[in-house]
Amino acid sequence: MTPTDLLARFNGPQTFGNGRAFWAAAGLVLGLAVLYPLIADSFNVANTAYFGVWTFMALGLSVIWGYGGLLSFGQTAFFGLAGYAYGVIAINLGDAHGYPILALLAALTIASAFALILGYFMIYGGIGGVFVGIVTLSVTLAFATFMNQTAGPQWHIGRARLNGYNGMTRIPSLAIVDFAGNKLKIDGPAFYYLILALMVIIYLGLRVLLNSRFGNVLVAIRENPERTELLGYDIRRYQLGAFVIGGFLAGLSGALYAAWGNFIVPASMALPAAAMPIIWVAVGGRQDLTATLIGTLVVLYVFQALTVISQEYALVVIGAVLLVTILFAPGGYVIGIANLLRGGRRGLIGMRTGPVDARLGAETTNE
Amino acid sequence: MQQLPSTRADSAGASVQIVDLSIFNAEADVEGLVFQALAFIYQVADVFAFLVITAAGLAIIFGMMGIINMAHGEFITCGAYMTTLCVRGGAPLPLAIGIGALCAGLLGVVLERLIVRWFYNRPIDSLVATWGISLILTQGALLLLGSAWSSVGTPLGSVAFGNYSFAVYRIAMVAVAIALLLGLYLLFTFTTFGVHARATMQNASMARALGVPVERIYCQTFGLGAALAGLAGGLYAPTLTLSPTMGTGFVVEAFVTVVVGGANVLSGTAPASVVLAAIRAAITAGYGQVYGLIGLLVTVCIVIRVLPEGFSGWLARRRA
Repeated sequence: MTPTDLLARFNGPQTFGNGRAFWAAAGLVLGLAVLYPLIADSFNVANTAYFGVWTFMALGLSVIWGYGGLLSFGQTAFFGLAGYAYGVIAINLGDAHGYPILALLAALTIASAFALILGYFMIYGGIGGVFVGIVTLSVTLAFATFMNQTAGPQWHIGRARLNGYNGMTRIPSLAIVDFAGNKLKIDGPAFYYLILALMVIIYLGLRVLLNSRFGNVLVAIRENPERTELLGYDIRRYQLGAFVIGGFLAGLSGALYAAWGNFIVPASMALPAAAMPIIWVAVGGRQDLTATLIGTLVVLYVFQALTVISQEYALVVIGAVLLVTILFAPGGYVIGIANLLRGGRRGLIGMRTGPVDARLGAETTNE
Repeated sequence: MQQLPSTRADSAGASVQIVDLSIFNAEADVEGLVFQALAFIYQVADVFAFLVITAAGLAIIFGMMGIINMAHGEFITCGAYMTTLCVRGGAPLPLAIGIGALCAGLLGVVLERLIVRWFYNRPIDSLVATWGISLILTQGALLLLGSAWSSVGTPLGSVAFGNYSFAVYRIAMVAVAIALLLGLYLLFTFTTFGVHARATMQNASMARALGVPVERIYCQTFGLGAALAGLAGGLYAPTLTLSPTMGTGFVVEAFVTVVVGGANVLSGTAPASVVLAAIRAAITAGYGQVYGLIGLLVTVCIVIRVLPEGFSGWLARRRA
């Protein structure tokens, strides 16, 4: 395989931005991101890393919802599960000998396994599109309710206290060992670069995956599940695959969040936290990875700026943004603006809207 | 005297009380066994009533339009607040509950006309849109109303049998749930609205061709669903501390009941409520509230694997 072949695999019909101009711009942005810690103060670097932590959950939801057509409201369940799993394992093992990396891998395994089990029951049961949303949300809310009541000394796993509503604290940061066996904590700029590297790897990896046969079949299922099935594809395997990838990525966000802030609380799973991934992905443009990435970072930044006034106020504004998006620009703003810039036919609106017969409409959707 | 645990929804964040019922103590005498059986039936009936009352509005909207109203919890909250306001203003409780249901219904009609009707051809987007509504209503209410109101207190007191006390209000809820199911049966069977609604459910374009005002039926159905949510809020308002986020405490049970029941209220929601109530009451009695909730979810996972269209879909297929 020549290098050109390898590069060609990043491009394809399932991703926007396949030309030279796009990759040149992406390279420029990456270059600026690498230089950022040299010019910004440590608070801003840590804050930007915090934004980056969430992008994995958003990319995972884009794969499940935007590409696979299954709307999961429960990504924060995998986020919380991995966060708590990382906390429990890292607290019990301590942060010597690079054990936090082991805890991270174990947390990702647990979150993925949970996504596999939950996804199996839903997808192999063949329940319709809207039911996936409410089952995942129910699981998330029940999990948060369960963690809320784990206050008191009897709720512990080894040395890790679960602490109920107040959440688990004193979770070790990520750490590795150098060749001399010394502990190297990954925090500050090092954590920023870790997040940046993971973002690049996962973004490019997902581009390859979604432009491969897997991604093409997944989009075909979103567009018309019956036809895809009649063409001989086992649609359940592909949907389950997408669901597990989404669970894994939400878990990655959760474990990294626990390592970044050294704590995890049940409120990071329950409402309104569970609504946030939907908003990031919908506003940017759920059917494209790049749009999701940009949309997520923009919404996070705006939300944080609004939270200075009050959190309730910020949530009202962001809820209104979601409502306007889904009413008038269901394809998302990043995609809409990109289409406008290219003089595209679809423009900002992207999709046709209007009150059409529910039963007739239901036949063309993933029911 | 042993106080039975209530199955009321705890709003998010509130701690859940675990009450040991010791139903499974083998050493009780015959009379004690009778009382324990009675207590268990009371608990099942209590959960049954709760599930029917909270899920009916959600199930009606889902059955008609194929969309799940994620703002269901906020309509419940609206009903609870209006009821409490009216009771504080001096209205008798039944009237106050009626006003609460009416207000939630009107809010539902307004939101249907403004927003929801654009989503009937996009059921998955409708989840997101109604969730946006839910977020705005909850957080807006937090801004305007503050975090919590005290409840007006549960009327009717309790009756005692042996070692157990039974809240009369909760027994009344069982009667209300049964009356609600009966009322919906009569509404959908014997009124013009009901006939039009069932025709629209079966084949909307055919119904429209025959002159049924489908748009108006959708609007009325959404309003009815919202009013039933408001009714649920009003009925349970006296037993709860009111807060703008209280709806969250209802929605999981409502969602679960609709998933297990399927699209039809009478052949779906009602039997699903019986089965789920028995499972939940048994697990709650043995292990506590939270495990009761988790038991419900495990049941749902098994049911969707075996009966993906719920009880009503399974029944319809057997009859066909």
